[in-house]
Amino acid sequence: MKLTLKVWRQKNSKAKGELESYQVEASEHMSFLEMMDVLNEQLIVEKKSPIAFDHDCREGICGSCSMTINGSPHGPQSGTTTCQLHMRKFKDGDTIVVEPWRSSVFPVIKDLTVDRGAFDRIIQSGGYISVNTGQAPDGNAIPIEKDLASNAFDAAACIGCGACVAACPNGSAMLFTAAKVSHLNQLPQGKVEQTRRTASMVAQMDKEGFGMCSNVGACEAECPKEISIEHIARMNREYVASIFGGRKS
Amino acid sequence: MSWITSFFSSSIGRKVIMSLTGLFLITFLIVHLIGNLQLIAGDGGEAFNQYAYFMTTNPLIKFVSIGLYAMIVLHAYQGLVIYFKNKSAKGGKPTAKNKADVKWASKNMALLGTLILFFLIVHMGDFWFKMKFTDTIPLVTYDGWEPIKNLYQQVTITFDNPLFVVSYVFSMVVLGFHLWHGFGSGFQTLGLNHSKYNGLIDGIGKFLAIVLPIGYAIIPLYYYFVMR
Ligand code: HEM
Ligand code: SF4
Ligand code: FES
Repeated sequence: MKLTLKVWRQKNSKAKGELESYQVEASEHMSFLEMMDVLNEQLIVEKKSPIAFDHDCREGICGSCSMTINGSPHGPQSGTTTCQLHMRKFKDGDTIVVEPWRSSVFPVIKDLTVDRGAFDRIIQSGGYISVNTGQAPDGNAIPIEKDLASNAFDAAACIGCGACVAACPNGSAMLFTAAKVSHLNQLPQGKVEQTRRTASMVAQMDKEGFGMCSNVGACEAECPKEISIEHIARMNREYVASIFGGRKS
Repeated sequence: MSWITSFFSSSIGRKVIMSLTGLFLITFLIVHLIGNLQLIAGDGGEAFNQYAYFMTTNPLIKFVSIGLYAMIVLHAYQGLVIYFKNKSAKGGKPTAKNKADVKWASKNMALLGTLILFFLIVHMGDFWFKMKFTDTIPLVTYDGWEPIKNLYQQVTITFDNPLFVVSYVFSMVVLGFHLWHGFGSGFQTLGLNHSKYNGLIDGIGKFLAIVLPIGYAIIPLYYYFVMR
């Protein structure tokens, strides 16, 4: 299949950046990243600078592959990361616009790579459990209600990719933060630190300069792990409780 | 006291204020509509004028209305702060448009709210200000009453102007869109999200978003086209 790609090229965080057009010949069995590899090989042969983009696992678990494809973070297929998106989702002759995540908190480093350090700092502010919780058998030794376990697991599926921020018209990171808060707060090992965790992760999220949630729902629609905004509601409840009640449990 | 300041300046705190003030304003809209429907009762304004007299003189209502003004100011102020903060957080928009299936109103709450704010200023200038702070409204006497202000007449004079009728109806459409997203959004902000009740909350929100604006818009339309 013959494709026209319009890719965001930006030398560094200070440069202005613009879309550049490329022709690429791909097979429909390729993943989107493989198609980008083909294009990069082509550019190297032409002695042009290859397009910088983040990738690592290429199996939908690391959250690196940040690309906004035709306006959609991670492209048109719902519940799928860019690395797992296949070219068969496109038609021969298509024009595809590829851009980095757009958020003033995620500055572009080069081309399609952005600095998602803000997410790391949110995790550092409370996205952990302070005590040693042992090995897998120890985890299994604690009985946890099925509903709670499933709900915490759904939240734990978040891969920290940042598509929610890119999708949000307000540049809000509430879905990411809520997924982490909701994952840890619901389990007995994490509940102990619930109050402090919620307050400090929200404070860090605000400090980074992310926007405020207007309950638009674009994050939930674009999230490759289909994290529900129900977790945002839980975080809000627990945040209000953490401020007013200082609830310990 | 630091928890108060940290709450009010936090993202979630700001949103909780939006939600509480917004939901309170919706209860006000319901009460206000029931009162206003007396305008088209066809009794020459007797019931409405007596109601307006009660609403402007009763000490409890006076107290509640101060709260109401504060709510409007707080909601509008906080809404605009949120809008500008979000705009700077977003930075650039993608060149290609995001096609996620979301409510149009949800992305345009500040625009819709600002239009409502303009309407409120004009509206309060026309009726509330004249009623409370001027003597331009003529008096009328009913059996067993001291003379009271004939607000009904003031309303009909205003409604005689077709431009006013059009802008009033337009503002109600705007309000409808604001509520279409706002009602359900307010609950989600407060953390009241449960798969069992979401449908109900959304349903009530959509019902109010249609019925309240239509209820309000009927008054000038009915007066202009039927009663005049
Ligand atoms: C009778 C008048 C009004 C009612 C009943 C009302 C109601 C609501 C409700 C229920 C919400 C949802 C809150 C949430 O998302 O948690 C909301 C949001 C909002 N309102 Fe209003 N509102 C009114 C007037 C205004 C005015 C005058 C403004 C002025 C600018 C305004 C600006 C906004 C904005 C910007 C939001 C979205 C906040 C966000 O990003 O989440 N509203 N409104
Ligand atoms: S919530 Fe979804 S979109 Fe946001 S960071 Fe996690 S996986 Fe990515
Ligand atoms: S490269 Fe790891 S999720 Fe796509």
